[in-house]
Amino acid sequence: MAGPSAAVSSLAFAAHALEPGLDTFPKLVWRNAERWPRRIAIREKDLGIWQSYTWTDYLAEARLIALGLAALGFRRGDKTAIVGDNRPQLYWAMLATQALGGIPVPLYQDSIEKEMLYIIDHAEARFAVVEDQEQVDKLRRVRAECPGLQSIVYDDPRGMRHYADPCLTSLHDLRELGAQFGRAHPGYFDEEVAKGVAGDTAVICYTSGTTGQPKGTMLTHGNVILTARNAVQREGLRETDEVMAYLPMAWVGDHIFSYAQSVVAGFATSCPESAPTVLADMKEIGPTAFFAPPRIWENILTSVMIRIDDSARLKRRMVHRFLDIARRVERGRLAHQAVPLGDRVLHQLGRILVYGPLRDNLGLGRIRVAYTAGEAIGPELFEFYRSLGINVKQLYGMTESSALICIQRDGDVKLDTVGTPLPGVELRISESGEVLFRSPGVFQGYYKNPDATRETLEDGWVRTGDAGVLGRDGHLRIIDRAKDVGRLADGTLFAPKFLENKLKFSPYVKEAVCIGSGRPCVAALINIDLAAVGNWAERRNIAYTSYTDLAQKSEVYELIRGEVARVNRSLTEDEQLRRAQIRKFLLLHKELDPDDQEITRTRKVRRGFIAQKYATLIDALYSDRDHVAIDAQVTYEDGRTGTVRADVRIHEAEIFAIEGAP
Amino acid sequence: MSPSALLLEVHEVSVRFGAVQALTKVSLAVARGEIVAIIGPNGAGKTTLLNVISGFYHPTEGHLVFEGRDRTHLKPYAVAALGIARTFQNVALFKGMSVLDNIMTGRLLKMKGSFLLEALYWGPAMRQELAHRAAVERIIDFLEIEAIRKTPAGRLPYGLQKRVELARALAAEPTLLLLDEPMAGMNVEEKEDMCRFILGVNDEFGTTIALIEHDMSVVMDISAHVIALDYGRKIADGTPDEVRANQAVIDAYLGVAHA
Repeated sequence: MAGPSAAVSSLAFAAHALEPGLDTFPKLVWRNAERWPRRIAIREKDLGIWQSYTWTDYLAEARLIALGLAALGFRRGDKTAIVGDNRPQLYWAMLATQALGGIPVPLYQDSIEKEMLYIIDHAEARFAVVEDQEQVDKLRRVRAECPGLQSIVYDDPRGMRHYADPCLTSLHDLRELGAQFGRAHPGYFDEEVAKGVAGDTAVICYTSGTTGQPKGTMLTHGNVILTARNAVQREGLRETDEVMAYLPMAWVGDHIFSYAQSVVAGFATSCPESAPTVLADMKEIGPTAFFAPPRIWENILTSVMIRIDDSARLKRRMVHRFLDIARRVERGRLAHQAVPLGDRVLHQLGRILVYGPLRDNLGLGRIRVAYTAGEAIGPELFEFYRSLGINVKQLYGMTESSALICIQRDGDVKLDTVGTPLPGVELRISESGEVLFRSPGVFQGYYKNPDATRETLEDGWVRTGDAGVLGRDGHLRIIDRAKDVGRLADGTLFAPKFLENKLKFSPYVKEAVCIGSGRPCVAALINIDLAAVGNWAERRNIAYTSYTDLAQKSEVYELIRGEVARVNRSLTEDEQLRRAQIRKFLLLHKELDPDDQEITRTRKVRRGFIAQKYATLIDALYSDRDHVAIDAQVTYEDGRTGTVRADVRIHEAEIFAIEGAP
Repeated sequence: MSPSALLLEVHEVSVRFGAVQALTKVSLAVARGEIVAIIGPNGAGKTTLLNVISGFYHPTEGHLVFEGRDRTHLKPYAVAALGIARTFQNVALFKGMSVLDNIMTGRLLKMKGSFLLEALYWGPAMRQELAHRAAVERIIDFLEIEAIRKTPAGRLPYGLQKRVELARALAAEPTLLLLDEPMAGMNVEEKEDMCRFILGVNDEFGTTIALIEHDMSVVMDISAHVIALDYGRKIADGTPDEVRANQAVIDAYLGVAHA
């Protein structure tokens, strides 16, 4: 445990004290079961039907699992690895672990074995609660190298009949063990829950990290509860709200939205049937609060646009016409300008004909608050949703702050900011332009990594690693990762993520990596969006066989060239960055993939790794060649590797003159 | 092997279409709970054999014994009622119907009740419908096709249509499942998924499976019992290794000079 952080945490608690008896998650769930015994706490769609569990069930299930774990020899301070899709059983296992004074360690369910081995070994997890056979198989191989992992509990018994490994227990059997243990030790669960205090570590979230090995961020019950409570109060979330739990449980965002805020405010969380059914399930639940990173907002928009383009001409024209009106009205509203009467009338008409039905169709009909974070969101995307009447707001946070630092207030939403600090959060910009914060949510430290803790945490202030500006309006603006802001060879300022985000605002661009630090000009590696470009190509009768083939079509190059030109043109409006226009670009022959370590599981580009892996491509971009051959290694989901060979073309981009420049 | 362990026995079955001798005195035995692969070059009589087993063709000679009883001359629906379900080489789904409805048709033989009660959706009819739907949902969950439950079958990609067809066959809760080239036209990933599901069906439901497959590596992966046909005759019968080493099989696949 990190010394200095403990001191700061206690200081922060004095300012934002927790009520006694409500200072840990198990105690809060206990309160919920007393206050709202019949209110739905969590749902799961199973066999096509929503199965609901009340707060009474939530507590009872967690109790059985906890007693079962105790029967297997769980001791205070032990860690439980949690692996799987969002399932009530896994949330209960998390609560059960906390009830016994243990620490849940949620892992990304699509991690490959090597990644799991590192985390389980590093966290010294003795127990694991996992969803199904797929995860059991991975963990059994992990266990072969990491014998500290004593027990693996699985939920779904399918395919598990022939496993005779004594380290395996089904959740069904674990609950039986728990019931027996409970009869032999009445009062055990209650006593263990009572022993917990706010300063205990509540969870260790391993951050994917764009560089190096993942780090285990330790958050206390106090950290998470206070942060969740402050946000719940600011955003007016109540026990009647509804959220969807569909983002990875290992990500701190899901931990806050689907677990912490649900427990603190008492609202219901719904777990979708499977990843591909999320949108359909959302339509059935009608969440009132919704969080999605920009790429999900983008996916929803892309799927809508594809369907609109495939519809009858009259419908298509009506939708586009009214969306234009909505956008105009919303733009005026965001700029606090009066909306002309004509537009107001049309907007009302559009609400009946287009916006309402579209919102309902997306399952966003009941949304009161929706959030986006993680990456910058495209202006068109942001305007699109807001103009439909969906209250999308930006927020800012990181694992080290228990997820939340800033949120835009209702009615004070701006396109280029991440909002104002939450109650209890102090912000500061360092001399080098880096954003620093201090809050009740500041983490305890990185597990078994005091060096990294010291680098990030100083006198209670956390260095975010983001370059930002604090405006007079109290809003924080993020420019780029502090370490990524660089200069071209001639000293021109260059912010790669700023450019990449502009590129990614195009529906045809899925991912982009801009290079330029210490180089004569800016060049871009671009990933096309297979769904959008594929559809575009089909409508133009362009035949293609695979992603690699499609990406190298000259028509596709022309399409993307137009998108790059758009970015360059918009860049001329930015005084600081307008000289760093994109000169050359190429379309990558494969999608950047977390399995190949090119992007993190939360889809952040790992620059260093890409610079190394695609050195041939990057060198070619800065030579006179117009094409380059490349062999690239790909890792399949089961960890095997293969090679993709391609001939990649290089194109020059259109450059726009800067007014007033020589 | 004791006779009770045998699910299906085919005795000296021959099928003739006019002058074409599609099968000549083929005998084989399928044990309860196993996965049998039927291999052979094009036109070897594999699909004909499957059609004979499913009652679609009737043998010109020989007889079939299923679960200890002779069933040589039964009609396809009567065969289905005995617990034999199949999928087709060319997908045969109701294209305009949703995936869910397609799979529900697989329960047809299990549905009883009067037309009137069904129409009113009342009492036993409703309880029956709910029970059938629950059974179908378990299969949907098993084959991981939740996301396409409401999609019209005709709009699905080929690999998924094959999976839906498997689901419909499973909905009949068959004792013997016949799969005619379940992996034809699939890419490697789809094939691996299909293998996983076939093994899963066998393991989870204890269903005996007879399948036709061309890809030898797939056959080796999922089946312990391989039967090879060529020109309507059985040329090999044994473990995958035995069959692969069999000279007649090698000749059939690689071709020999016909003297």
